Amino acid sequence: MQGTSEYQPRTGIERWIDSRMPLPRLMYDSFIAYPIPRNLNYSYAFGAILSLVLVVQILTGVVLAMHYAANSAIAFNSVEQIMRDVNYGWLLRYMHANGSSMFFIAVYIHMFRGLYYGSYKAPREIQWILGVILFLLMMATAFMGYVLPWGQMSFWGATVITNLFSAIPLVGEGITHWLWGGFAVGNPTLNRFFSLHYLLPFMIVGVVILHVWAFHVTGQTNPTGVEPKSRSDVVPFTPHATMKDAVAMVAFALFFAWFLFYLPNYLGHPDNYTLANPLVTPPHIVPEWYFLPFYAILRAIPSKLGGVIAMFASIIVLFFLPWLDRSKVQSAAYRPLYRIFFWIFVVNVICLGYFGAKPPEGWYVLATQLLTAYYFVHFLIIFPLLGYIEKPRPRPTSITEAVLSKHKSGGGGTPAEAAASPERRG
Amino acid sequence: MRDGTATKIMTTMLKSITRLSAAGVLVLAGLSVAAAQQDAPAAPESPEAKPEETALPHFPLEEPEEMEWSFAGPFGKFDQQQLQRGFQVYREVCSACHSMKLVPFRALGWEGGPHFSEEEVEALAAEYQIQDGPDDTGEMFERPGRPSDYFPAPFPNDEAARYANGGAVPPDMSVLAKARGVERGFPQFLIDIFTTYQEGGPDYIHALLTGYEDEAPEGVTVLPGQYYNPHYMYAAALAMPPPLFEDLVEYAQNQDDDPNNDVPQTVDQYSRDVAAFLMWAAEPHMEARKSMGFTVIAFLLVFCGLVYYVKRKVWANVEH
Repeated sequence: MQGTSEYQPRTGIERWIDSRMPLPRLMYDSFIAYPIPRNLNYSYAFGAILSLVLVVQILTGVVLAMHYAANSAIAFNSVEQIMRDVNYGWLLRYMHANGSSMFFIAVYIHMFRGLYYGSYKAPREIQWILGVILFLLMMATAFMGYVLPWGQMSFWGATVITNLFSAIPLVGEGITHWLWGGFAVGNPTLNRFFSLHYLLPFMIVGVVILHVWAFHVTGQTNPTGVEPKSRSDVVPFTPHATMKDAVAMVAFALFFAWFLFYLPNYLGHPDNYTLANPLVTPPHIVPEWYFLPFYAILRAIPSKLGGVIAMFASIIVLFFLPWLDRSKVQSAAYRPLYRIFFWIFVVNVICLGYFGAKPPEGWYVLATQLLTAYYFVHFLIIFPLLGYIEKPRPRPTSITEAVLSKHKSGGGGTPAEAAASPERRG
Repeated sequence: MRDGTATKIMTTMLKSITRLSAAGVLVLAGLSVAAAQQDAPAAPESPEAKPEETALPHFPLEEPEEMEWSFAGPFGKFDQQQLQRGFQVYREVCSACHSMKLVPFRALGWEGGPHFSEEEVEALAAEYQIQDGPDDTGEMFERPGRPSDYFPAPFPNDEAARYANGGAVPPDMSVLAKARGVERGFPQFLIDIFTTYQEGGPDYIHALLTGYEDEAPEGVTVLPGQYYNPHYMYAAALAMPPPLFEDLVEYAQNQDDDPNNDVPQTVDQYSRDVAAFLMWAAEPHMEARKSMGFTVIAFLLVFCGLVYYVKRKVWANVEH
């Protein structure tokens, strides 16, 4: 997809810059002339949405940091000061807090889209791995950000999660104390979490640049999974993708606004409006909603070390996805079996999240264990196996063919064509 | 031909599903054997969650009733008179034990709140004695409150509060209405997204204040110094005695000559009013938020439509 550049400097100053540092050329080739498959649906817009949310998070975060005090004696009150006395402080703080949830909603859809259309397959393995790294960075950032208001859930969430490291044999306790900067979660922990919470988003920006760079080399996937072959398969990024992404971003902003203005505390936990108290354990410690599936996996294994290993393995396994999937066919649109298992997996993860929020008692324990087992079965057994037993549907020879055949057959096509229709899930 | 393919796919699918489920069952069996061999309790981080224990009772024993609040929903606004009444209840009853450290007197004059006049706020603040200092001689001194001061706490520290209240610290009330809420459960928590339910706090406070019962049911032991209340979130009984009684507070609103704006002086009415006041104390800019929300969402809807039609125009000649 790279190669010849179509950038033509028109004015003298553009030529002058281009011959010294071709940044305008890079921007032109990346966001204007860059060819994208013409059949992308709206599920491909979540990359743009994520960039938007990242910018919102950084901007609101930088301003919040001007008013926030990272000291365990006054952190809670400083957040309330922002809510009450800083001009539009409530807006900044609710935007930042709900923004993190929006970030995860978008990233989960983005990842499931990647799973559905096989975006992790050759030659996009590095692209996918960078994405998993981004996901890990996001989780670390969000976790540390949740600690900053220094409420009960901040404190006890931090205690539970940092305690996980104590499960490591021999050095575990030492590592945990080193992380805390003391013998329990306290002011030193809060200080370093704030420092890292400010640092990590900029690392995310760096990896995002690599992530975007990588797909500008390999080109985007598309719902057919057939690589673009001719000029007629692609359209220029601007105005086509720009406008489509803009629609998606505004629609997502609407969704965001609904929570921000009308449900600002819906995605949080009431206990976090109680000042952290090391002497009072909340009756039921739960992490933020977006960690619940992993929290469920952690609790499913009846041993501390086992649970920690399972939880980390559930994310590490994603790194190996490009090689676990043995199928030659990229898109689930032409993989009748995989498509079914994909949706089972989606339901599985949602159920894990649901049980992650429940107290570990009664039949919930067994249900969580079964769901956890299935999570790994999906990646370690079903994924490789499907490559051998699945009979893929016939694929179109080109994107253009797929698009035109869909339009020829109109609304009610044959089942195969209807299934091949990339817009179906738009 | 297509039917043939479909049947074939179905058969392959069924076969492989059977094979995979067999594999899954094997893995699960292995896992559960491994699980059974472990005698460690599940969930290392929550000690009370041992699987062999019988399930603990879930609190609250009774769900709070959903009340009608003037401030609920996208167009919700606080009822100024209700906030003033609620403030009176806080001042005359709750503040004997509960602090409200994060709320300054000046906030009582804000729009979208009780909205007392400047003079009223000054007079109110002056009724409190605030510790200030040190003065020129190095001594602390007391002076009448100013609007910029914060509500003084009834106890100098948690230890004093605990000692005076039978071992329980009365929680600070500044953000109490956001710090409480009973879990809504499935599928109610999904419905709440569409109804914009954010009133779990005031609903709970109202339920708790009206929910005291003289007799605990059989099987529930209530320790001395505790009061049975099936609406309490954390146990069957709490250390706070029923704080409200009929005609406990003489509402200022009922003192004028006009009987039309009189409100009943009942426990239910006091509870509603103080719950509404606490919601405001926890979220003083709620009205500004909701009205800005309407503007933003209205703008985004129109903008979304415009952008969508530009997009349609751009893509009009490209089949996709």
